[in-house]
Amino acid sequence: MPAEVLRRLSAILPADRLLWQPAHLAAYQSDALTAFQSPPLAVAIPETADEVIALVRACHAGRLPFVARGSGTSLSGGSLPVRDGIVIALNRLNRILRLDPAERIAVVEPGVINLAVTAAAAPHGLHYAPDPSSQSICTIGGNVAFNSGGAHCLKYGMTSNHVLGLRAVLATGEVVDFGSGRREQLGPDWCGLFTGHEGLFGIALEITLQLLPRAECFHTVLAGYRTLEQAGDAVSAIVASGLLPGAIEIMDALALEAAKAAVHADYPPHCEAVLIVELEGPREAVAADRLRLDALLAASGPVEARPARNPAERLAIWKGRKSAFSAVGRLSPDFIVQDGVVPRRRLGEALRRIGEFSREAGLRCANVFHAGDGNLHPLILYNGRNPGELERAEALAGRILRLCVDMGGSITGEHGIGVEKRDYLPAMFAPDEIDCLQRIRAAFDPLGIANPGKMFPDGEAPALHAHGPHPLERAGVISRE
Amino acid sequence: MKTVVTPASTAELIEAVRSAPRVLAFGAGTKPRLSQVDDDVLGISTVRLSSLLEYEPDEYTFTALAGTPLRDLTAVLAEKRQYLPFDPPLAAAGATLGGTVAAGLSGPGRLRYGGVRDFILGVRFIDGSGRSLRLGGKVVKNAAGFDLPKFLVGSLGRLGVITELTFKVFPRPASTLTLRLPVSDPQKAVTLFEALGSGRWEVEAADLPPSADAVYVRLAGPEGTLPLIARELLELGSGHTLEPTVATAFWDHLQALTWRAPGNSLHKLALRPREAPALLQQVATMGGQVHLSSAGSLAWVALPVDSDAGRLGLQAMTLHGSGPLFTGRAAEPDIARAIKLALDPVHRFPGFA
Repeated sequence: MPAEVLRRLSAILPADRLLWQPAHLAAYQSDALTAFQSPPLAVAIPETADEVIALVRACHAGRLPFVARGSGTSLSGGSLPVRDGIVIALNRLNRILRLDPAERIAVVEPGVINLAVTAAAAPHGLHYAPDPSSQSICTIGGNVAFNSGGAHCLKYGMTSNHVLGLRAVLATGEVVDFGSGRREQLGPDWCGLFTGHEGLFGIALEITLQLLPRAECFHTVLAGYRTLEQAGDAVSAIVASGLLPGAIEIMDALALEAAKAAVHADYPPHCEAVLIVELEGPREAVAADRLRLDALLAASGPVEARPARNPAERLAIWKGRKSAFSAVGRLSPDFIVQDGVVPRRRLGEALRRIGEFSREAGLRCANVFHAGDGNLHPLILYNGRNPGELERAEALAGRILRLCVDMGGSITGEHGIGVEKRDYLPAMFAPDEIDCLQRIRAAFDPLGIANPGKMFPDGEAPALHAHGPHPLERAGVISRE
Repeated sequence: MKTVVTPASTAELIEAVRSAPRVLAFGAGTKPRLSQVDDDVLGISTVRLSSLLEYEPDEYTFTALAGTPLRDLTAVLAEKRQYLPFDPPLAAAGATLGGTVAAGLSGPGRLRYGGVRDFILGVRFIDGSGRSLRLGGKVVKNAAGFDLPKFLVGSLGRLGVITELTFKVFPRPASTLTLRLPVSDPQKAVTLFEALGSGRWEVEAADLPPSADAVYVRLAGPEGTLPLIARELLELGSGHTLEPTVATAFWDHLQALTWRAPGNSLHKLALRPREAPALLQQVATMGGQVHLSSAGSLAWVALPVDSDAGRLGLQAMTLHGSGPLFTGRAAEPDIARAIKLALDPVHRFPGFA
């Protein structure tokens, strides 16, 4: 590491919170997109907002690129380090600064774990709605940077719908307060602009989140179908009925097989697809809606429809669903997860095409997806040790992304562009539109030092190809979705 | 503005933007203070840009031109038993979708699922260089690119001219029921708001009208279930249920903001519920009126002519009246100037002053 960089950082942090020896940097050289690796010059581990501000200002003064990082669960390579820059690891800024049950808000630091917010809110009958599958490990700062989603987005929206206020240090060193922490706002929606910035604007220091009352009652049904198409038709029927379930999820045969093996999930036999639908709300409303849902499902020709009879059965259904990704990962040494979106009515068609693409590429592809909002999660299995297989997997991923755009959807529903999909941004936006995004980025970061190489094509940060799961994933700490 | 043009197509609109060094677009003019600017600014009315371009009930999405009146949209959505849950205000007065976004206005229904910012999905707008840009998406979930659609909520035409919008909609609940829960003072209203906001009932709206004698609660859900839920709520405040026609008239009246005494100015305030009692007291001393909406997160304040909204002690935006556009705001950060320049390098659009 250049002596100049070390000198600057040493003035801010004690030696034990500044990592620069190769052995220490190894754990930071990639995130959950393990196909890309790049060791940073150093890793800075601040413990306070003031230290983060000082670090960013030092980076600005020295034109030193920085990548903010939470738990490193990005599936788009959003926190992939930059070779000539540093990583600012925010895990120690993990305090819940304030929780106001009457106002139903929580003010948290960026390193707070997503699920910790709900855990703190639960005694007051409240919860934090966005629930990415990595919620037991991912941080709110990362959720804000990538506008993370989860299984309940159709009804409750994504992270941006729950951020009421932000204090952030921008890449220029300016410290700003966006939003006021109130639910309404006056003037342009700065919190909306900042959420989903993919680390390109700066670093959030304090985030005010809205909390929602926990639903009084749930009705969760798991239905197995002979074909994916039948499951898709059932989704269409539910949507057309006017019901607004909290979650509608589908798993395909390969995903089911994996979940059975991994967490001993129990599914109806000989099914090509399983549909999970969850109603939630006041008990009176759920009682009325479940009659309609059960009738719709019965008419949709399932092999079997199993309502959860108690909270334990409900949790078991969700455990199978949320473990599906890491479970599929066990079937293969390597995998890539996509998260393109298609219009809901074209889900069946999209899955058929993905199946064709996958056969043509000679690679297996499992599907677990948020059917309610058309958000696919094709999981492409490959072995990086076989020459050419990673390239074939990436080509297959690219075909799937273009398919989503051609169908009028999006290349990403909740994982962000990151480093992984940056070459596909032009498939969605015209040159003038990308220019507009770049001008906004330049307004926040004129020097281009905040997470360079992400979101925009032809970026910096050449990536290395790696093999095998992330060390934390191997240890079962994180999972990909 | 002295001169106003009314383009009949998006192409004409782009031409109009490029035709003058200073322009400001507006919709039906139902919030006149927002487009009250210097005489040399060319006004561009979007009222002829009215069309529902795409409506996909099965996708819960529609795309419409900016000048499309809210009442036309809500009528089409109602045919498919869908709605914009945030009750955009001033629909009866002719407010447009684009104007609602630019002003950043939501009505009582924002309580349950969020406001206009939570339902916008995509936008086409013209930047200060005269380029037509589409950002966001047309599907209910999208994380590609910076969220310009959200940023333009509340941008008042000062960062770009909105020409087209894509929104998420929801299925309309089969039935609604409105309860009137009397309150003896504003603090009681706040306590009730807090209880309603964290309760099990999934209340759709909870407002304190200018009369300030009762909180009105709207429930929405499956047929037959609401009287059961209401029973518990009525006990909270020894209230009663409104007849459906009375309830509809009540909410229409609030949404139209017609309770404002003629000639009074009208302001929007973003509020913490516990700030409400002091606000009500202050407005009373100034001789004005307050409608607290969305369980105390939003206040509409009417003040007699020549009142100083700065005395409210909170940030306020003026919709009607001749006072400043904003009062009580902190100084703009450097980034606000930089972003304005990024979207409008030639200062074609007015500032936020």
